[in-house]
Amino acid sequence: MAVTETTEGVLGAPALRREGRAKVTGTARYATEHTPPACAYGWPVAATVAHGRVTGIEDGEALAIPGALAVLTHENAPRLVEPDDPTLFLLQNDRVPHRGWYVALAVAETLEAAREMARTVRVGYDEEPHDVLVAADHPDLYHPEWANGGYPGDQHSGDFESAYAAAPHQLDATYGITPLHNHPMEPHASTALWEAGHLIAYDSSQGASTVCQVLAAMFDIEEKQVTVVAEHVGGGFGSKGTPRPPVVLAAMGAQHTGRPVKLALPRREMPAVVGHRAPTVQRLRLGARDDGTLTALQHDVATHTSTIKEFVEQAAVPSRVMYGADGIRTGHRVVRLDVPTPSWMRAPGEAPGMYALECAMDELSFSLGLDPVELRLRNIPETEPESGKPFSSHHLADCLREGARRFGWERRDPRPAARREGDLLLGTGVAASTYPVIVAPSTASVQSMGDGTYHVRVNATDIGTGARTVLAQVAAQELGVALDAVRIDVGSSDLPQAPLAGGSSGTASWGWAVHKACRELRESDGSIVTVDTTSDVEAQEDYARHAFGAIFAEVSADTVTGEVRVRRMLGVFAAGRILNARTARSQFIGGMTMGLGMALTEHSSLDARLGGFVQKDLASYHVPANADVPDIDAHWIEEHDPHLNPVGGKGIGEIGIVGSPAAIANAVHHATGRRLRDLPLTPDRVGVLG
Amino acid sequence: MIPQRTATSSTLTLHVNDTAHAVTVDHRATLLDVLREHLDLTGSKKGCDHGQCGACTVLLEGRRANSCLLLAVAHDGAHVTTVEGLGDEERPHPLQQAFHERDAFQCGYCTPGQIVSGVGMLCEAAEGHPSHATPAEALGHSTGAPARLNRDEIRERMSGNICRCGAYPHIVEALEDVAEDGSQAQRAQRAPRGSEVPA
Repeated sequence: MAVTETTEGVLGAPALRREGRAKVTGTARYATEHTPPACAYGWPVAATVAHGRVTGIEDGEALAIPGALAVLTHENAPRLVEPDDPTLFLLQNDRVPHRGWYVALAVAETLEAAREMARTVRVGYDEEPHDVLVAADHPDLYHPEWANGGYPGDQHSGDFESAYAAAPHQLDATYGITPLHNHPMEPHASTALWEAGHLIAYDSSQGASTVCQVLAAMFDIEEKQVTVVAEHVGGGFGSKGTPRPPVVLAAMGAQHTGRPVKLALPRREMPAVVGHRAPTVQRLRLGARDDGTLTALQHDVATHTSTIKEFVEQAAVPSRVMYGADGIRTGHRVVRLDVPTPSWMRAPGEAPGMYALECAMDELSFSLGLDPVELRLRNIPETEPESGKPFSSHHLADCLREGARRFGWERRDPRPAARREGDLLLGTGVAASTYPVIVAPSTASVQSMGDGTYHVRVNATDIGTGARTVLAQVAAQELGVALDAVRIDVGSSDLPQAPLAGGSSGTASWGWAVHKACRELRESDGSIVTVDTTSDVEAQEDYARHAFGAIFAEVSADTVTGEVRVRRMLGVFAAGRILNARTARSQFIGGMTMGLGMALTEHSSLDARLGGFVQKDLASYHVPANADVPDIDAHWIEEHDPHLNPVGGKGIGEIGIVGSPAAIANAVHHATGRRLRDLPLTPDRVGVLG
Repeated sequence: MIPQRTATSSTLTLHVNDTAHAVTVDHRATLLDVLREHLDLTGSKKGCDHGQCGACTVLLEGRRANSCLLLAVAHDGAHVTTVEGLGDEERPHPLQQAFHERDAFQCGYCTPGQIVSGVGMLCEAAEGHPSHATPAEALGHSTGAPARLNRDEIRERMSGNICRCGAYPHIVEALEDVAEDGSQAQRAQRAPRGSEVPA
């Protein structure tokens, strides 16, 4: 394999981010950085019980504060049409489904007054018993029909039990992951105003079209009476995929007071109301022949959801994709608890599921005395195991081999706890990565301005992915013009409707529409074209489409303190065509960094007595800091897949987090000889190694 | 000037980016909220409001500070530099330029704080201030000589600024660029380090 530099042409080139200058100079404006005249400020009031009903709200003291405008409660707030998402049905009834649920909203002339008002609102509760702790033997666990993403909750092929019983090599191991929080750097936030019956909301969202549709339905107005702007969004990682409470509260506050209202969630309140990755207890049973090929694979996931909404983290789903076996059984069990509602966090399903599966594969390789890269190579299936569908392309083997070569894997001594450097034990680990290719219908328009320049319009959202830049590259390539001849507008529901930035599907979905619009414009006599890709997406051939990757990690474990540090990480990915080498690299290493946090630092828990999350802020929920992150390198295989969208990318926003926790955990075992199955691998869990 | 006071507010002067602003502030208002809500300088970001993330970093009298932890009323007459004071889109500061070229951000929300922090950090290092990563032998004879900023030093000194997008390796590269050659304002566009391998 020869290593080449980046591809020629506009598409694939490492173009600089279009909004980069604005971001580095501080002129890029986010959701609450718009201050309409007479703007007021909102501050929510969170429930202080885990389960019960509001019996009364005293707001006299709050309303006496200078600058106070209103206190909205379920008794006086605007009535909403009940939305599909129960977490948005706010201030409509007295029910408290979990600690941190919003029970009131203070609105004031100033931020300071609103904050003090919220603190002085007195809420009475009729408290009921609560239960917030999931366990693999919780009596109320049930088998959901569906898991997140539209996957069947349970699935099986062949006869797992017989295959497992007959297997000469067996592994039975259970892995645990705590709740995890997205914590984008910009809190969920909105500025909302009503102008002659038209609702305008600047919202920190991954998809303004969805926010527009949901707000229109909830406030019982036409979608054309709602404009949602999400020009710059300070990260989301899934937690801004659909509307969250701030935009609903701000819109209600603005309707109630007749003033624009700005509202940003306090950081400590985010875990309770924006979604989280649900905890999982995952049991893996593997059966293998002497040569390491799998005969039996079971992946059982126990997890929680809230009492108001069923969201099932689809952690067993990657075991339907990765490796073949004679008998495969995958399933989910979920229990409704008095907890905040879980939701999407970067690579829902794959991130936790591949942690368990890829650690189990490492354990199997160790017991077989087989190199873990080789074990995976021997188990790559010909077709997608559960469905039997052909893969549109599959280059996991290339990723593993190229990664091993770059990482220096062949020099590895497989013995655990055999490398010492002073007080430190050193080790290396590997894991595979995968993420499905998702694409959704989108519209887009392109206009020839008559002077050789073009104007692309699409309600894509750039949450930091570089969407603006990449879509302009797609247009320039298809139109055959220089990149600077393309102007692009994204981030407003007044633009042609488009799906959200989520599921690593944005660039594929929007790019398809931009590509189609540019092609039709080129072939037409007119000056403007608007397209819809619904029929194109529906006409796709029936292939199993997945991106794959291989992650390698080297760690040190301190024998005195139990502290694990990552020394280096390498990811090699096969994700279709890479459309911008600069921004793609940032997404890969960013995902891997979040995987490092999942492995070593990020830990949340629910308080059995009080019922809420314990680790609510960035001082207690530890996301990686600069000093935690070593040289992380990302490379990719040039993959030409003819069965994708015409732009040719598979999606790269999430695959970096997948596999990274397992690679690090496997390296910790190699370093220490200890198999620690519960994340994160904090010093208290690793312990003194002697 | 002598602050004009009521029980709950004071009028004071803040010198922000070399411009004097007379502002009447609520005694509960943080410097961050005064910058963002009163002066419309929204480059300084509110990530946590509790001094845990660094997105609100400004230079106060030339030193890095979390502006969300400062009550504005306590800083009458202070000189504050925000990201807007470092450069603008036409004439960016070399570190702003380096962040752009190295793609040292994604969502951009922590970025102004990172850049202001980086500028402050480079000054601290130039003045010889040690960090946790400074070798012990360099501490023994601290003479105010500039600290050598290797990658471990940069990582340690920049760890008060959280980036959830995970741009740290690129942030380190951007700071290396400027630490190596702080005088060069205009920089050539660089190729990224990612490379492709034919399957």
